Amino acid sequence: MTADELVDVEIRLLLEGLQQVYGYDFRDYADASIKRRLTQWLAESPFETFSQAQSRLLREPELFVSLLQGITVNVTDMFRDPSFFRTLREQVIPFLKTYPFVKIWHAGCASGEEAYSMAILLNEEGMAGRYRMYATDIDEAVLAKAAQGVMPITEMQRYTRNYQKSGGTASFADYYTARYDRAILAANLKKDIVFAPHNLVADAEFGEMNMVLCRNVMIYFKPALKERCLRLFDNSLLPGGFLCLGLKETLERRKMGDHYDELVPGSRIYRKRYG
Amino acid sequence: MAKFRAVVIGVSSGGVQALKLLLGELPADFPLPVLIVQHISPDAGNGMAKLLNNLCAIHVKEADEQEPVVPATVYLAPPNYHLLVERDGFLSLSADPPVSFARPSVDVLFESAAAVFGEGLIGVILTGANYDGSRGVQAIKQNGGIVVVQDPDDAETPQMPLAALAATEADHVVALADMAALLQSLAGGGAARRGRSTTSHA
Repeated sequence: MTADELVDVEIRLLLEGLQQVYGYDFRDYADASIKRRLTQWLAESPFETFSQAQSRLLREPELFVSLLQGITVNVTDMFRDPSFFRTLREQVIPFLKTYPFVKIWHAGCASGEEAYSMAILLNEEGMAGRYRMYATDIDEAVLAKAAQGVMPITEMQRYTRNYQKSGGTASFADYYTARYDRAILAANLKKDIVFAPHNLVADAEFGEMNMVLCRNVMIYFKPALKERCLRLFDNSLLPGGFLCLGLKETLERRKMGDHYDELVPGSRIYRKRYG
Repeated sequence: MAKFRAVVIGVSSGGVQALKLLLGELPADFPLPVLIVQHISPDAGNGMAKLLNNLCAIHVKEADEQEPVVPATVYLAPPNYHLLVERDGFLSLSADPPVSFARPSVDVLFESAAAVFGEGLIGVILTGANYDGSRGVQAIKQNGGIVVVQDPDDAETPQMPLAALAATEADHVVALADMAALLQSLAGGGAARRGRSTTSHA
């Protein structure tokens, strides 16, 4: 057995232990990425091997929390993939506007960059006060950060460029206040967002959504867990509702794919059929 | 004798020309899969894969998530995603933070491929202006694979080949014009394995 294969065995044992002790189940996460994230955590820890770390991880919840953050955090940008947000603005919002009130589930929202991007988009399109966005993540610490709506000021230049490319109609600087090295997002972006913990591996669906966004989250999952998530989303969506995936995720070859039409080819925005 | 199972290639600035030349010389029935990370702008779209596919005999495509890795196919990492290989031989993508300022990162692909393919892996570093890939070639060597580096004197931008050569002992250091022939002889059963490199920078 090579050194690398031995590490794989240690990781499998560790994930099994964590599931039994803490109830967090990462056994259905794709191996290569979780290995990379775990290895990074180990390199920054005082431990030499996963076997060594395991004893303390199973006994010390605080240590487990540090690991949890290392393996679940999904990094994203405001208006990541500007073309996606442009399609939302031009092709999806007109449908949403026909409803008096819409509900949106943003699954795996991490520190909230895309949820706030969505709020900016909806507000600019005249839907302020006519929507509620449920932004969920497995990691409560990252949710607390998301709810604060504070971003590093150094990112704002990039986000401004993304925003402009996405078809933004206002001045991006109006959406935040700079304070020292941080950008504090405007309060009116937060008031229609509810941040809440939700575990895609174990928890149930959200009812009667007009839109579900889950971008670049399921790429970290094995096929069976992907199918589970897609079932959750399907059960959550109203007919005519929209499912938004990452640009490299597709419903092709998926069980539920037959009930959905891609709005614009390549957009990864899928509309659920009526009946 | 070890039989090779995959080729991974890392390339940065100067990559378009280098890949045109290298992939253009590979036959349509090249017996191994070829996985490539080229540093590229996040908004670049999939034009690169289409361009190369039009120019080359071998099939070139942008990698999709959860796609099986098959021979005679070139997979390009999509812009703004890392490309990884899973143990079951499928590809996966990740939106994790850039590594060595790059997403996709050569190190990420090489390290995951080294773990899966072990001594069945050929790692290739071409022209580039940074040091991404130097950890990756170490991982390939540690897992028993072989490393091929473009001769820095031959590279449009020599930093990435130089960093790889500083990080590990390359099995072959060759000019771009000789690279396709080398890969073919390696892929054809390993007859050219070790000791036949044209020049040695080690």
